[in-house]
Amino acid sequence: MRDVAVVGFAQRQMPDFDGSPTCVEMLVPILAECYEQTGWTRRDVGFWCSGSSDYLAGRSFSFVQAVDAIGVTPPINESHVEMDLAWAMYEAWIKIQTGEVNTALVYAFGKSSAGVLRRTLALQLDPYTMTPLWPDTVSLAGLQARAGIDAGLWDERAMAEVAHRSLTDAEKNDHAIRKGGSSVADLLARPMYADPLRKHDCAPVTDGAAALVLAAGDRARDVRDRPAWITGLSHFVDSPGLGTRDLTRAPSAANAAARLDLDGVEVAELHAPFSHQELVLRRELGLADDVRINPSGGALAGNPMFSGGGIRIGETAQRIWSGEIGKGVGHATSGAALQQNLLCVLDADNGRVGA
Amino acid sequence: MSRTLSAPVTVAFDYTRSTGPVLGRFLTGLRDGVLVGARTSQGEVVVPPLEYDPVTHEQTADFVEVEPVGTVTSWSWVPEPVAGQPFDRPFAFALVTLDGATRPMLHAVDVASPAEIRTGMRVQVRWAEERVGHITDIACFEPEAGRDEGADGATELSRPGEADADGGFEAPFEARGLAPQDERSARTSTTEGDVTGVVTPVSLDYVYAASPEESTFYRGLDEGRILAQRCPTCDKVYVPPRSACPTDGTPTEGEVELSGLGTITTFCIVNVPFLGQKIAPPYVSAYVLLDGADIALLHLILGVPADEVRMGMRVEAVWKPREEWAYSLENIDHFAPTGDPDADYDTYQRHL
Repeated sequence: MRDVAVVGFAQRQMPDFDGSPTCVEMLVPILAECYEQTGWTRRDVGFWCSGSSDYLAGRSFSFVQAVDAIGVTPPINESHVEMDLAWAMYEAWIKIQTGEVNTALVYAFGKSSAGVLRRTLALQLDPYTMTPLWPDTVSLAGLQARAGIDAGLWDERAMAEVAHRSLTDAEKNDHAIRKGGSSVADLLARPMYADPLRKHDCAPVTDGAAALVLAAGDRARDVRDRPAWITGLSHFVDSPGLGTRDLTRAPSAANAAARLDLDGVEVAELHAPFSHQELVLRRELGLADDVRINPSGGALAGNPMFSGGGIRIGETAQRIWSGEIGKGVGHATSGAALQQNLLCVLDADNGRVGA
Repeated sequence: MSRTLSAPVTVAFDYTRSTGPVLGRFLTGLRDGVLVGARTSQGEVVVPPLEYDPVTHEQTADFVEVEPVGTVTSWSWVPEPVAGQPFDRPFAFALVTLDGATRPMLHAVDVASPAEIRTGMRVQVRWAEERVGHITDIACFEPEAGRDEGADGATELSRPGEADADGGFEAPFEARGLAPQDERSARTSTTEGDVTGVVTPVSLDYVYAASPEESTFYRGLDEGRILAQRCPTCDKVYVPPRSACPTDGTPTEGEVELSGLGTITTFCIVNVPFLGQKIAPPYVSAYVLLDGADIALLHLILGVPADEVRMGMRVEAVWKPREEWAYSLENIDHFAPTGDPDADYDTYQRHL
């Protein structure tokens, strides 16, 4: 395997974005930040991959216009996934592993506020027996939250504690769109929204975009004194049928974790758009009690669709570049109620003697 | 004035799907007022049936009929229903384990407040008035008739964790097996045959927010002007303006006003009628390279027989009457030949 590191990261998050639904306008400055961080021009990028959704944009081939932002003449080596940025990064990592390229820039974007997000996402469900009922994301998460409450695995207080810690940590995150200003008691005193969920249990509807830069070997060392080496990358998927899953568990997250070395992880950035989902993930990943969860504030502080997972990886990488931590894990989810899960272990030490 | 223009957009289409033998069986059952599940190799009874066994990967064949009553195993309140959901007033989504099944199915429960539903509650199917072989043939679940709401008569449901530890759920009572053909064929003999497909209408509402560059373009059209923007790196002029130059990735800037004069770079004669067509074929769609632009606009060519349109033909914009103008490229009704000599190939060959 080649040594590949995350060496660049830029993001934007906002409650709604006045302008371009393809987010080309938002991508241009984000990509400029990546060039500035790396000292590269776009000619130094060997492979491009993007994540976005036509359903979110409300039109077909919506990613095509966004490639304007990266400049496509003469033709470039480019791909797209109808998935989160984290999966675009996975594709780029594989591309670098093939030896065909040494560098990649992956980006993602989405204007969640253009439609009714919780409704739009019903299009990712089983089209025969679920989508026709238009079960919205919040309702499906509510079914999951109650399953755990009824099973005695967590309660409303534990969920409020997750939200409180996230919102408090988000005060230090300039990109967060929801932050601070409460206590667990205050949160519990707020009214139910979609019983058993309160509004602060649900990630805010967020527009945004993000980009990650990957580089192999010496190309990474040229960019960063402490590149965030990708020492493990794994993803699995569970059944789309809610009835056949135990919603209090996420076997795909556990399977991904079982294939990685999470010993010594200091920070885990978990992509949990609902407060109880962090509790599910914490259990499935088997994280030690002293692991800091979501010091960025996590998805409850801002969850731009199709960037939210990749941002978890970028947030972790930044803490390695700065020397704050030596090892961390970024997590991304997709699908209903933690159906799909990806884990990316980042380490200041690539584990190779003499590297 | 807001920075950008926006407008509501609805994207609507029908998903037409074939159902295959397993889901077709389930949906046929719904049409006939029967709930059909299937037993997996692990002994689970799943409704709606899985098409393939999750362990052996064999196609599902062991169908069972389950009861139209069951137990709520989880629920979530829906305070603000969205379009297309079973109710347009608050209700609950729930996972309901039907008697005879071991795994729950998702559907709506018709209760007026969260106080009227709880995990363990007994519910029954309310059928739609007209059944067609679709999941919405189940209009919803409702509290079981004659059930004393105060008495918690169904707390024996197993919890997910326990069920997994035991390797499966215990069915409350014996499910009735269905032979592959017999019972169903008897039931469907009076109906119109098996359901083999479903049509699911999808309609999504958006607010389309034009980019600042697009907004400039559309505002210009509303004033009878054609506005473009220039790439500061390579000097190319884009119309409609784009947020970034596709050659350089550089944001475009500055307003460049173009005249309505241009050259046809390429064209096609439309002979095929299609849904939503506004003009009777044959007619000509063409790329018109406006003078001073580096990218062509797609538009309609009129005022000349279709078989006389040619590359290099000089054309000009024919605007609609001013009172019909809006923020639309349709303010230009069409392009028509100017009668000038054709443009030299050299003047447009780099734009083909």
